[in-house]
Amino acid sequence: MRLTLKVWRQKNKSDKGGFESYQLNNVDTHASFLEMMDVLNEQLIHENGTPVAFDHDCREGICGSCSMVINGRPHGPLKGTTTCQLHMRHFNDGETITIEPFRANSFPVLKDLVVDRSSFERIQQAGGYISVVTGSAPEANNIAVNKVDSEKAFDAAACIGCGACVATCKNGSAMLFVGAKISQYALLPQGHPERNERVLNMVAVMDEEGFGGCTNTGACEAECPKEISVANIMRLNREYISAKLSVQKE
Amino acid sequence: MALDSKIPSGPLGEKWSQYKSSVKLVNPSNKKKIDIIVVGTGLAGASAAASLGELGYKVKAFCFQDSARRAHSIAAQGGINAAKNYRNDGDSVYRLFYDTIKGGDYRSREGNVHRLAEVSVNIIDQCVAQGVPFAREYSGLLDNRSFGGVQVSRTFYARGQTGQQLLLGAYSALNRQVKEKSVELFTRHEMVEVVIENGKARGVIVRDLVTGEIQRHAAHAVVLATGGYGNVFFLSTNAMGCNTTAIWKAHKKGAFFGNPCFTQIHPTCIPVHGEYQSKLTLMSESLRNDGRVWVSKSKGDKRKPQDIPEEERDYYLERKYPSFGNLVPRDIASRAAKEACDDGRGVGETGMAVYLDFADAIQKYGQDTIKSRYGNLFEMYDKITGEDPYKTPMMIYPAVHYTMGGLWVDYNLMTNIPGMYATGECNFSDHGANRLGASALMQGLADGYFVLPYTIGDYLSGEILTGKIKTDSPAFDEAEKNVRAQIDKLMNVKGTKSVDFYHRKLGKVMWDKCGMARDAIGLAEAIEEIKKIRVEFWSDVKIPGTANELNPELEKAIRVADFIELGELMCRDALNREESCGGHFRTEYQTPDGEALRDDNKFAYVGAWEYKGETQPQELHKEELVFESVHLTQRSYK
Repeated sequence: MRLTLKVWRQKNKSDKGGFESYQLNNVDTHASFLEMMDVLNEQLIHENGTPVAFDHDCREGICGSCSMVINGRPHGPLKGTTTCQLHMRHFNDGETITIEPFRANSFPVLKDLVVDRSSFERIQQAGGYISVVTGSAPEANNIAVNKVDSEKAFDAAACIGCGACVATCKNGSAMLFVGAKISQYALLPQGHPERNERVLNMVAVMDEEGFGGCTNTGACEAECPKEISVANIMRLNREYISAKLSVQKE
Repeated sequence: MALDSKIPSGPLGEKWSQYKSSVKLVNPSNKKKIDIIVVGTGLAGASAAASLGELGYKVKAFCFQDSARRAHSIAAQGGINAAKNYRNDGDSVYRLFYDTIKGGDYRSREGNVHRLAEVSVNIIDQCVAQGVPFAREYSGLLDNRSFGGVQVSRTFYARGQTGQQLLLGAYSALNRQVKEKSVELFTRHEMVEVVIENGKARGVIVRDLVTGEIQRHAAHAVVLATGGYGNVFFLSTNAMGCNTTAIWKAHKKGAFFGNPCFTQIHPTCIPVHGEYQSKLTLMSESLRNDGRVWVSKSKGDKRKPQDIPEEERDYYLERKYPSFGNLVPRDIASRAAKEACDDGRGVGETGMAVYLDFADAIQKYGQDTIKSRYGNLFEMYDKITGEDPYKTPMMIYPAVHYTMGGLWVDYNLMTNIPGMYATGECNFSDHGANRLGASALMQGLADGYFVLPYTIGDYLSGEILTGKIKTDSPAFDEAEKNVRAQIDKLMNVKGTKSVDFYHRKLGKVMWDKCGMARDAIGLAEAIEEIKKIRVEFWSDVKIPGTANELNPELEKAIRVADFIELGELMCRDALNREESCGGHFRTEYQTPDGEALRDDNKFAYVGAWEYKGETQPQELHKEELVFESVHLTQRSYK
């Protein structure tokens, strides 16, 4: 298939950036989107151009590295699919495809399609853990966990930390990302002793990092490649209010 | 040089506990004065960095990805083994040990493997306490499933995303230490050289991948936890960034490389289908619990699978290995698929695939049950191939997946360079010539959580008076100079071909001549071809841009330069090992019915290669394997 690509090019953090157009004439429909990008880069190198920088690693939809906005949608048009798992058979011959980086105040562009998502790291470091010292854990089956809660915890824990939820949100909110981690631990008995500090600390850093608030649009769930439910945002709100109240009581 | 494995004396089952009781310790106030560098943040690296930080050491952790959570452990699907015997089906520490030694075709160390089996049970406890959402029964207790090469159900799992959940557990422990300031984390930093001073590992040189800045970091010990080198084949199930650079630089500075030719070819991957292909995707081995592998009985059969009647199908694993059936170990399943395809009975457009069929399982258990077991894998298959495995059999073919070889380490997980450790996939230690399914996650976490935190103290207790290691020493100057020289040289080739061009070329030679089947003639040819690729690479590679910016082509070039050198060593090792064992199959050495034929008299050793400089080949050292508990037999899964 023949494609025209309109790709965001930006030299570095301080560069203003802009779109460049490229023509690809022989793209295999079975290729993945990133393999199509490889073909573009190979062509650019051959023509003495500069290849397009983009984040990618596992190419099987689990590491959360890939992060582009394709035709206005994070990870492209297919529901529940990361860019690396998107295949060219979902595009049409002769189509023009627009490719941009994730755009959010808290995700500055480093180069071309590569953004800095270290704000996510700082949120996790604020409380995204259970404080269990290596070696101190009790026998695993001493902790029984209701299967339904365990499955829900898994559904939340399936978040790959790609940031599509933030990129698609008109407020640049990270509530789905934070809600997923809070939910995983709120649903498991192991997470309960630290639940109050956890939610207060993670939300505080989320705010410091400049992420917006949630106004219940639901774009995050719709664009999430792992289809993480907005129910996790509700659980985050509940955990937050409950933590605020219990802290006040004390 | 004599290689000392430092396996403790005493009965097999007591070695580790006796070792732990007598190992030297570092007291808490001294730990604060000790710096440790951990390179890599996958299961082995993140668990080590977190655990060492908890102990009070000052840790610096490095990864090339933008987050520690993106290390390739994240992609492991099937599960993690542990000898909990929750099924009451006859499992025990000894049986896990025995299965692992046998599965590895008797090319691993008894002492290491028994320790691995012992600590396996602690790993599950640790992960559950961290909030890892393992699969559970309605009782609320943990569920298990079985995996290839064993007859018990000892595999713990979290749907088809066990690696993800375990890594996020280790990542959470790491994050906690980052908050506590015991670990300083450097993302988007790639290690490009090790620093050796007076024979001891004293630090690393890293490149900041965003700015191109070359940095020096010093420490009293360096832990490499940088994963496997399967990407030497270009096409593998590894992530695009997986590379050998850290361990290869260590090798060139004196660390011995153990059994480099031991590569695992995983039987159930999505087949290759185009020139543009950048990687291969694995379908978890757990699928073989319910899927039946078959091809047509007749050659060149182009009928659709549903048009081939039952009696004309060859369920070749069930036929050849009645007692293990579809659950034979990976090396055997892979080779059997290759044989069927070489025999002209492969399926699909290319004829380089076999069917993995779930029709019987769906009929027996219902689609919902199969969906609950493998839903995400079926979806992934559908996304990639555009075919629905609930309706038509999957097509699979073997692909490079894991490397059992790696840096030679002793019982302490220390390389032959004092102060330099290697953990997880990047060492050679536990899997012999073939790794069993669900054992990689077990080893990575065993090393990081429960082995290294003990063994590293033994060395560091001798470092408490050393004081802060300085980065302005001649050793650091020299290491940085080498790095800058290599980068300058690469940038100045200004040739005509991309890095990928050479990487693909290398990969093809490796796959054709050092892949699933190897022979002396092919390996000798491969060595010559790789030498040529090396010369061409250094005279005609083209790297756009500069070294002082985010430059993925330069990153790849540094890695591929190392892969080329490693590829040659792998071929030499494969050529030297004149026997077949596990994943190493030399066509000259097979039983009359085509099984791997070991030669225990001549090759029951670890091949540890010493780097001898640019101009001459590595020198082989042998660590003879001593078997005190296990009787060596030909593996039989019939």
